[in-house]
Amino acid sequence: MKLLSALISGLVFGIGISISGMMDPAKVLNFFDIAGTWDPSLAFVMGGALVVTFFGYRIVLKRSKPMFGDYFHVPESKMIDRRLIGGSALFGVGWGIAGFCPGAAIPALGTGRWEVALFLAAAIAGFALRRIFAPAQKAAVS
Amino acid sequence: MVTVFKPISSFGGGLAIGLGAVLLMLSLGRILGATGILSGTIFAEDREELKWRAAMILGMIAAPILIFLFTGKMPDVNVPISPFMIVLGGVIVGFGASLGSGCTSGHGVCGLSRLSVRSLVAVPTFMATGVITLYIIRHVVGA
Repeated sequence: MKLLSALISGLVFGIGISISGMMDPAKVLNFFDIAGTWDPSLAFVMGGALVVTFFGYRIVLKRSKPMFGDYFHVPESKMIDRRLIGGSALFGVGWGIAGFCPGAAIPALGTGRWEVALFLAAAIAGFALRRIFAPAQKAAVS
Repeated sequence: MVTVFKPISSFGGGLAIGLGAVLLMLSLGRILGATGILSGTIFAEDREELKWRAAMILGMIAAPILIFLFTGKMPDVNVPISPFMIVLGGVIVGFGASLGSGCTSGHGVCGLSRLSVRSLVAVPTFMATGVITLYIIRHVVGA
């Protein structure tokens, strides 16, 4: 049941990414292009997602534990450090260059496009470089 | 390249993205962060952690194929940049999202909805650097 739940969650998320148009780097890059061919779609996608998670999480987290797990793995850290700010700043730079982010590129792999596979291979290389040059002290990636 | 602003399908797709995240929290008690799920699959530390993440990735990849089976059309993927820029952007995305403990899904959707202080800092940071980077590429360098 654990694996089936994960599969269904991934499928629903991926269908959302597909319908939202966020699999298309041209649309994502245009969201950043406020001075040019601006396309505000991404803000509507995040708005839709946040409406559901804002209320959905509040309902779900009232439970004592998840359906198929012992406890909720919710990050409690409030630490604002250089890793968070520097990492997020870099992520935005890469996102502004490529127009793909991991959440959109993983489902986009299903379209069979080689550009998506190339992006994901490069992102995985980026994970590996981070592990080599900035190994985690204690906080895990959410 | 001009793209068409589609508020209804964007918002509707967003609702499904949120639903996927809520389902994962309800069933397995996990945050839906694509960076953590992908890196946790590739650099798996134990088998149980690997299995649910791999199942999740399979579901995600199956989504556009399912859409194709129902509508006869794959979702659009227009890549207006060179392979070199794909690789450059990809490496920086991977390094940065991993260092900052999250990307658009983990910080942007899951973190913001929990009003996580870290995500409230991360999201404006990566949105701002995304806008600045694209501005430099398109309007300063003129690529």
